[in-house]
Amino acid sequence: MSNDMISTPGSVLGEAMEAPPAAPMVGDLNDELIKTDVWTDEMVQRAGIPIVDVPFVTCGGGMGSFVLTDYLRIAGLDTSKIRILSNLEYPWQTYEYLTRVSQIPRPERLRSDSSGMPDCIWGFPSYALREARKEKTLKPIINVLTEPVLADYWTPRAGTVFTGLEKESTRIRYKDMLVTGQVRMVRRRSNGGYFTILTPPPGTTATRRVAYRSQHVHLAIGYPGLKFLDDLQEYRTKYKDLARTVNAYEPHEHIYEGLLAKPGTVLVRGGGIVASRVLQRLMDDREQKGAQTEILHLFRTYYSGRHNKWGLAKRRGAFGFAFQGFNAPKSAWGGQHIEQMLKLEGPDRKALYDLTGGAHTPYRKYWLDQMKRGRDQGWYKTYQGEVTDVRPGTNGVVTTIKQKNGTTATLEAQIILDCTGLEADIREHRICADLLDHSGVGRNPLGRLDVAPSFEVRGAQSGVGRLYASGSATYGGYFQGVDTFLGLQLSAQRITDDLAAQGFVPRIGVGRSVRAWWKWFRHKPI
Amino acid sequence: MIPTLSGRIQTRIWLILFIGIPWTLIITPFLSNNRDLIEGSSLLDTYKTTFTVLGVVLVLGVFFWELIYHLLQQFRWEKDWPVMFTFFEVINESILAYVVFKALNLDEKFGATATNATFWWHVITTWMVMWLFVLGPIKVLFIRWRFRGGRIFF
Repeated sequence: MSNDMISTPGSVLGEAMEAPPAAPMVGDLNDELIKTDVWTDEMVQRAGIPIVDVPFVTCGGGMGSFVLTDYLRIAGLDTSKIRILSNLEYPWQTYEYLTRVSQIPRPERLRSDSSGMPDCIWGFPSYALREARKEKTLKPIINVLTEPVLADYWTPRAGTVFTGLEKESTRIRYKDMLVTGQVRMVRRRSNGGYFTILTPPPGTTATRRVAYRSQHVHLAIGYPGLKFLDDLQEYRTKYKDLARTVNAYEPHEHIYEGLLAKPGTVLVRGGGIVASRVLQRLMDDREQKGAQTEILHLFRTYYSGRHNKWGLAKRRGAFGFAFQGFNAPKSAWGGQHIEQMLKLEGPDRKALYDLTGGAHTPYRKYWLDQMKRGRDQGWYKTYQGEVTDVRPGTNGVVTTIKQKNGTTATLEAQIILDCTGLEADIREHRICADLLDHSGVGRNPLGRLDVAPSFEVRGAQSGVGRLYASGSATYGGYFQGVDTFLGLQLSAQRITDDLAAQGFVPRIGVGRSVRAWWKWFRHKPI
Repeated sequence: MIPTLSGRIQTRIWLILFIGIPWTLIITPFLSNNRDLIEGSSLLDTYKTTFTVLGVVLVLGVFFWELIYHLLQQFRWEKDWPVMFTFFEVINESILAYVVFKALNLDEKFGATATNATFWWHVITTWMVMWLFVLGPIKVLFIRWRFRGGRIFF
């Protein structure tokens, strides 16, 4: 990973596992393996890398691997036939970390539909019903029955999701399938199928690497990396000032604590959900704890009304933000949006992404009321502009912006909070870089992994074996909602159906579904 | 709900066939009726009426209402159809169905065993049962339904 990447627990563990060993070890990759696109069994054996046979391998071990594994287990695949290669201890580790640092701790609500339940493939009974029962209130049920017309979209608390995941992962015996290590690469096998090279934690095996030989491989490796905006990265490198520029996806409690202790000005950059959550934290601290923070909010694109025409509708916007309930229009998860996207290729597909994607945030009355109070009382100001310069000033960091009307302005703040959630190129992840270089894999119109509607990674078929991918690395394909719980379920369903069509796993029809749901409902281990 | 036009129609057909018909079979004997006032009438006559009403709701839905809802849906950014709308559809649909019920003399056909009350109790309870089913249980039967815009048959 390059130096400007933001670390997550997964990336830190991965780096540690990939660090060169103190002394040369047996059973490692050699030039022959690295340079050859398609491997024979003999090549791997010659390198002294032990081979473990398992029909299905999933790499990542995060939310994406969990959801697909859940699907395969419910379809009837035994635990002995699946291995989850991961450097995480439990599937929601990275997800919980990122939500926590970006100001969504367990009691707070995510931006996710009530029926987007990674621990329940059916979506019923929904999170709203669960929380209604747990908290002994009808409010969630009334909310989901009246949204979004009479109420904002109801979303579950982060804690509700994690508790559910824990229960389901025990039920499907997730730990029995988990193998700890960092996946180094996936290569096609000459007689069909794949080799997945795993680097176990140092000291746990006799060889440096272990090769998993499988018919199919699934990749759900999460964000290739998160990074700062280019101009902020430049500032950090040039002026060696790392303290005053913070990315919302890094732990940054000290910023809020500092602002409580000493009044300061914060420049928030970004117009998405992370900016909204950070603003709420800053504003809550001001209104409830007496912080005297001045908030400057910079939007690159400033929305003040309806914009972007899709069909006969335009998206709402106000005070800089574009409003959209979820990552994509709701119909992306199975309705008109995905049906439209399935027919689009190349620039046409990118155009739909530009129209219905981008930076946006859910419409939440609490936030709008809070921002209005900030504007009225003068401690929250919004700006539009492209950043042309960032440099230290007398009293903070000075950002120069060029506005749409051509004028320039300068904004000085003690802290800059980067809430843009900028994702790195997929090449930053070594597995993707290797696939692009050696396994015939291509990029989709947005530059990420090109996958088919079945989520098979195009170009990487190997005899009877297929390579699949789901999650954010496939953003830009035929489905805009890939980076969501419900999206991982849609992907997992398509992959499972594709595997069923090949006879790899039974197809989940009506009977199997009802029987499996009844077992789920009774929390019966499978 | 995020239906496509084809999905709406397929879901409507499925619900009427597999929820509406069984429900009508169960509930018709308990609906208020004129049978004891009419010489020679039987439960079968009331059944003929309630099933014809079900047919009317199906035909009006497939060829008229779902098309209107789909058009209205195009004005929504999310291209979704909120659950609340599907609940209140019972109002406009049952009113038009009632107009047709009266225009076709369905209360007098089949031995005049059906009254207005027969109609309203039948339509409203059938709608509620179908609505509750589509909120959740349908997803247990058809795991692909919610990801395919409501398509069931093809």
